[in-house]
Amino acid sequence: MVQGDEAGNSRDAPSSARINSPETHDPSDTSRALRAFLTENFLLGDDEIDEDTSLIGSGIIDSTGAMEVVAFLEETLGIAVDDEDLVADNLDSIARLTRYVTTKRSRSAG
Amino acid sequence: MKITDGSARLAHELLDRCADATPDEVALIDASGSHSFQEMATDSSRAAGWLQAHGVGRGDRVMIVAENSAMVVMWVFATLRAGGVFVVVNPTTKSDKLAFLLEDSGARAVIVGAIGARELVLALRRSPTEVVSVVWLDEVPAGSTGVASSDALASTDELRDPETIDADLAAIIYTSGSTGAAKGVMLTHRNIVHNAWSISTYLDLRSDDVVMCLLPLSFDYGLFQIFMGAHVGFCVVLERSFAYPYDVLTRMADLRVTVLPGVPTIFASLLSVAPFERLDLSHLRLLTNTAAALPPSHIDRLRDAFPGAQVFAMYGLTECTRVCYLDPNRLDDKIGSVGKAMPNTEVYVADPEGRPVPPGVVGELIVRGASVMRGYWRRPRETEEWLKPGPNQGELVLHTHDRFRVDEEGFLYFVGRSDDILKTKGEKVNPLEIETVLYELSEVKEAAIIGVPDEIDGTAIKAIVVARAEAQIDVRAVRNHCRARLESFMVPKYIEVSDELPKTESGKIKKTALS
Repeated sequence: MVQGDEAGNSRDAPSSARINSPETHDPSDTSRALRAFLTENFLLGDDEIDEDTSLIGSGIIDSTGAMEVVAFLEETLGIAVDDEDLVADNLDSIARLTRYVTTKRSRSAG
Repeated sequence: MKITDGSARLAHELLDRCADATPDEVALIDASGSHSFQEMATDSSRAAGWLQAHGVGRGDRVMIVAENSAMVVMWVFATLRAGGVFVVVNPTTKSDKLAFLLEDSGARAVIVGAIGARELVLALRRSPTEVVSVVWLDEVPAGSTGVASSDALASTDELRDPETIDADLAAIIYTSGSTGAAKGVMLTHRNIVHNAWSISTYLDLRSDDVVMCLLPLSFDYGLFQIFMGAHVGFCVVLERSFAYPYDVLTRMADLRVTVLPGVPTIFASLLSVAPFERLDLSHLRLLTNTAAALPPSHIDRLRDAFPGAQVFAMYGLTECTRVCYLDPNRLDDKIGSVGKAMPNTEVYVADPEGRPVPPGVVGELIVRGASVMRGYWRRPRETEEWLKPGPNQGELVLHTHDRFRVDEEGFLYFVGRSDDILKTKGEKVNPLEIETVLYELSEVKEAAIIGVPDEIDGTAIKAIVVARAEAQIDVRAVRNHCRARLESFMVPKYIEVSDELPKTESGKIKKTALS
C-alpha cells in the first residue's frame, strides 16, 4: 500500500536509516531497525518499548503512524506489503513486524 | 419517574426502551465481545449508583478520556442516569490541554482508558481540579488514586432518581474555537433525543442494521451512532481505528455490517484497498459521509466498489449535530450539494444582517430548530456570536459561520468557511493552536499553518517554518514536538522549512500566498 503520504515526501520523510539492507536477513537486525525507526519517529519520553507492546493499543502510533510504518517496511526494508497483509497480526508490535518481515523475505527468497 | 407512554425524553431512556423491548439483542460489539441492551442498562445503572456515591450529582460533569469501547458507552449512560453531564475527550489529547479541559469543564469525575492514562496523570498533577473520583478502564497505574472500572461496577450503591428533565444538560462536546482555546458545545437531553430521531429517520435506519463505528466517540458523529442505535435498536460495532484496514474489512464482512458512517479520510483509505476480492461486503447498504465533502470522483468509486450501497452526502456541525443530507437519488443531478434540511429543522442562507438571500447568492447558513445547542459552556460572548435572535419573536437561531448558497430547488451548497478553521480527518483544527506549539521551539522564528488539498484527508495540515538566525530546524524534531503536544489529528502531515514567509503591508503573515 503506497499512499500520497508524508513518507513519500523526501523533504520531510521520517528517518529511514538503512540499518538493515535486504541482503542481511537476520531477524535481530530487523527488530533493531524497527525499534530504531519507532523510537526516532514516534516514541515520546523515555519509555522502553517491549517486543510485544501493541503499537496502537498503547497509543504509540495512530492510523497515520500505521501508514508510516508500512511505508518504512516498503521503502527501507524493501518489503512488498499486500492489502491483505494490513492486519494487526502482522503489524501491531515489534515482534509481529519482525516475524512478518522475516516470513515475507523467506517467501520471496524461496 | 419512569416513562409510561413508550417515548423517550431523556437520552438514557432510549437505552431503557430497548432493554425493555429487546433485552437480549446485541447493542454493542467491541474487542471484548458482544453486549446486550439489558447488560448495558443494568451495568450503567450500577455505575450510576457508584457515581452518585462518589461525588457526581445532578448537572455535574464526568469526563471520559478513552479509545472506543463498550465501557465508554456504559459510562456515558451511567453519567446520564446519575443526572450528570458527559464530556468525551479524544484519548490522544496531551496533558496541557487535558488540564485545561478539566478546569474548563469543572469535571467531578474522570473515566480514563489505556491510551489517555499517562497524560491524564500528568494533567491531574499539574494544577488543582474539581475532580474527586478517577475510574481506570484498564489497570490502575502504580501510585495513582482511583478505582478500576470493574470495582465500581461491583458497587451496591443505590441509584437515586436525580429528577432530570429534558431541558437539562446531557453532554459537553469540545470543538475548536476561533481564539485557539477549545469551547464546549452544550447539548441537552432534548437535543440528543431529537437529533437521534431526526438523523435515523432520514437515513431510514432499522433495528436489524449493523453499524460499524470507526469514528471516535469524542466526535459527535461517532457518539450519535450510539444514541441512534439506542433509538432504533440496532447493533453498533465499535472499532478503535482504521489503522489496520484489512482487519476492519474482515470484521465488516464477518459481522455483515450494513451501515458505514465515515468522513472523507475513511472512505479514501477504504478505496485505497479496493477491490475487496476475497471479502463479502454485499451487506453494506448505506455509506454516510459528513465533516467534509466527498470529492465527486470518490462518490463514483464508492458506488462502483459497493454497488448495493447508497451514498449519503451530509453536512453538520457540533453546534447542532446535523443540518442536512442529500437524497442519494439526486447524487447525479445535484453534484456537490449537501441537500436539504433534516426532519424538523429549518435552514436558510442569510446576508450579514440575518435576512434571507435569494437563490444563487452566497451568505451564511442559519439553522433553527430543536437540534440547536444550548450554547457554549461558560462562554457567553461566543454563545452570543453563534446564537442570535432570529426572525421569530424570542427565538435564537444558530449562525453556522459557514458560507452557503441555495439553488432554485432549495438544494444547499457549501461554499466555504468565514474563519480560519481547517477541517482535516473530519476534525476542526484552529491553525493558531498548532502555530502556538511551533513557536515553543526556540529555533522557530516564524510559523504558518495552512490547509493543502490531500487525496486521503481532503485537507491536510501543512506547517511552514522559518528558522531564527544561526539556528537550524530539524523537521523530525518539529514533528516529534507536535506529536508530544497535540492530538494526533493536529500533527502536521507536511512540514516545510522556508527562508521567509510572505507578509501583508501591515507585516502579518499572508497565508493566501502560501501553498
